Amino acid sequence: MLPLLGVAVVVLGFAARINPLLVVMSAAIVSGLAGGLDLTGVVSAFGKAFNENRYVSVTWLVLPVIGALERAGLQERARDLIVGIRAASVFSILCSYLLIRQVAVAVGLTSLGGQATMVRPLIAPMAEAAAEAKLGPIGGPLRQRIRAEAAAAENVGLFFGEDIFVAIGSILLIKSFLEQNGVLVEPLQLSVWAIPTAIVAFAVHATRLFLVERRLSRSIGAPVHEKARA
Amino acid sequence: MIGLSAVYTLAGAVFAAIAVLSARDHGNPKRWANAGFWGLFAVSFLFGDRLGDFGNGILVLAMVVLAGTVGLGIGRPATTAPEERRVLAQRLGNKIFVPALAIPVVTVIGSFTLKNIAIEGRSVFDPAQTTLISLALGTLVAMSLARLLLRQKVSAALQEGRKLMDLLGWAALLPQMLAALGAVFALAGVGEAVGTLAAEAIPMDSRFAAVAAYTVGMALFTAVMGNAFAAFPVMTAGIGLPLIVMKFGGNPAIMAAIGMLSGFCGTLTTPMAANFNLVPAALLGLEDRYAVIKAQIPTAIAVLLVNTVLMYALVFRF
Repeated sequence: MLPLLGVAVVVLGFAARINPLLVVMSAAIVSGLAGGLDLTGVVSAFGKAFNENRYVSVTWLVLPVIGALERAGLQERARDLIVGIRAASVFSILCSYLLIRQVAVAVGLTSLGGQATMVRPLIAPMAEAAAEAKLGPIGGPLRQRIRAEAAAAENVGLFFGEDIFVAIGSILLIKSFLEQNGVLVEPLQLSVWAIPTAIVAFAVHATRLFLVERRLSRSIGAPVHEKARA
Repeated sequence: MIGLSAVYTLAGAVFAAIAVLSARDHGNPKRWANAGFWGLFAVSFLFGDRLGDFGNGILVLAMVVLAGTVGLGIGRPATTAPEERRVLAQRLGNKIFVPALAIPVVTVIGSFTLKNIAIEGRSVFDPAQTTLISLALGTLVAMSLARLLLRQKVSAALQEGRKLMDLLGWAALLPQMLAALGAVFALAGVGEAVGTLAAEAIPMDSRFAAVAAYTVGMALFTAVMGNAFAAFPVMTAGIGLPLIVMKFGGNPAIMAAIGMLSGFCGTLTTPMAANFNLVPAALLGLEDRYAVIKAQIPTAIAVLLVNTVLMYALVFRF
C-alpha cells in the first residue's frame, strides 16, 4: 500500500493549489522511494519517461502561428462573423461546435479541433461575441464562464465521440487487453456499444449549455447589469 | 526517413528562439528565469536522447525548481492594439481563416496519406508517427500562408508564440510531467495497490453492485491517474472480467466499451488530465485554474450515472 503515498501527495498538493510541477515531482519521488527505488533511481526513471514523452509537448508548435494570426485580428474577425448572425447565442454556437466535434471525431477526424487551434482563437471569441450581441456588454466573471464552457464543449465532444471510431487508441487498447486475457472482441463491436453513451453525453451537455444560456440571460437582465459589468 | 526526431529538432529550434527572445526582454523582471526554463525545454528537444536517463532527470528537476520556486514572469512583446486588430480584421476579411484552418486540414490529410508516400519502396515518413509529423507540417504550411496572405513576419510569430508560452508558463510542461509520473507510478506498483484496495473494499455479490463498482471505480481511478488507459487494465482485470463477464455472464464488448467511457467521465473531473483541463484554463486566461473542470463536473456525473444504468441494462442481455 506504500506506493499510494504518491497518490496522496498529488491529491493534497492539487487541493492546496501548490505549484503543480512541484506536486508532480514530489509525488514521483515519494512513490518511487516507497516502491523500493533509491533517489538516483527515481530521478533516472522520471528522466527516462520524460524524454520518451516529449511528443506530448509537440502540440505547442502551433502557438507561434496562432499568435501571429491573432496579431492580424483572427479573434476579431471570428467575432465579426458572429455579430452578423441573428440566431447566434452561446447555446447555439457551443452546441453546434459540440455536435460537429463529436461527429468529426467519430469518423476519425480527431485533429480537426483542439484547445489551442480552435477554442482559443475561434470558438471562445465567437461565443463571447454572441453573448455580447444578444445581451449587451458582459463583465469579467461571465466572460470567464463562457470561455470555460467553450473549453468544456471541446473536451466532451472529443471524449464521447472518439470511441465510435474503430481505429482509435482506446479501442485498440481494449481489444489487445481483452485478447491477452483470452477474450476475443472485434473493434466494430466496441465502437457500436460506444454509441448509446455518445448520444447520452450529447443530450446531457446540450441541456446544460441551454441552462447556462438561460442563466446568462437572467444574470445580465437589467437590474443586475452593473454587477455583471463589475 | 523523416520521423519524430525531425519534429523534435523543429520544436527545439522554436523553444531556443523563445529562450533568446526572453533573455532580451528587459520589460520582464524574471527574464532570466524564463530564458532558462524555455532554454532547458529546447535542450530536452534537441539533445534529450544524448543526455542519458539521469541527465534528463536532472534537466526536469532544474525546470521544476525554476518554475516552482523562482517562478516565471510573463513577457509582453510589442504587439498590435485591439483597435488595430479590428481594422486589420476588416481589411483582411475571411482570408485570415485560411492559415488558421490550414493547420487542422493539413494534419488530417497528412495523417491519412503520409504513410503511403514512398520512394523506391522506402517510406519517406515514419508510418508510426504520421499524426505528429502532419501537425508539424500543418504548422509550417500555416506559417507560410500567414506570410504570403497576411504578411506576418516569422520574427513576429516567434514573439507572439513567446507571449502565449509565457501565458501557459508551468502549465506547458505539466502534461509531459504527468505522463512521466504515470510511468513512475507504474514502476512503483500504484495500479496494483489501487486495484487490490477497490476489490477488498467493495462487496460485489450482486450484478448491480459489480457493474456500479466497475463504472464508478473506472471514473475514480482515472481521476487519480489522469488517464483512463492506466485505469482500464487494472479495473478490468480486478472487477470487469472476473465478476461481470466470468461470474455473471456479461458481454465483454459492452462491459469494455462502456467501462472505458466511464473512465472518460473521470478524466473530465481531474487536474491530473492537465492537457484537457488545466492547459485550456491557462490558454484562455482564466483566473480560476479549475474553471474548466467546474464546467464539466455536472456532465461527468450525469453521464457516469447513465453509463452505470446502461451497462446494467445491456451487458447481461446481449
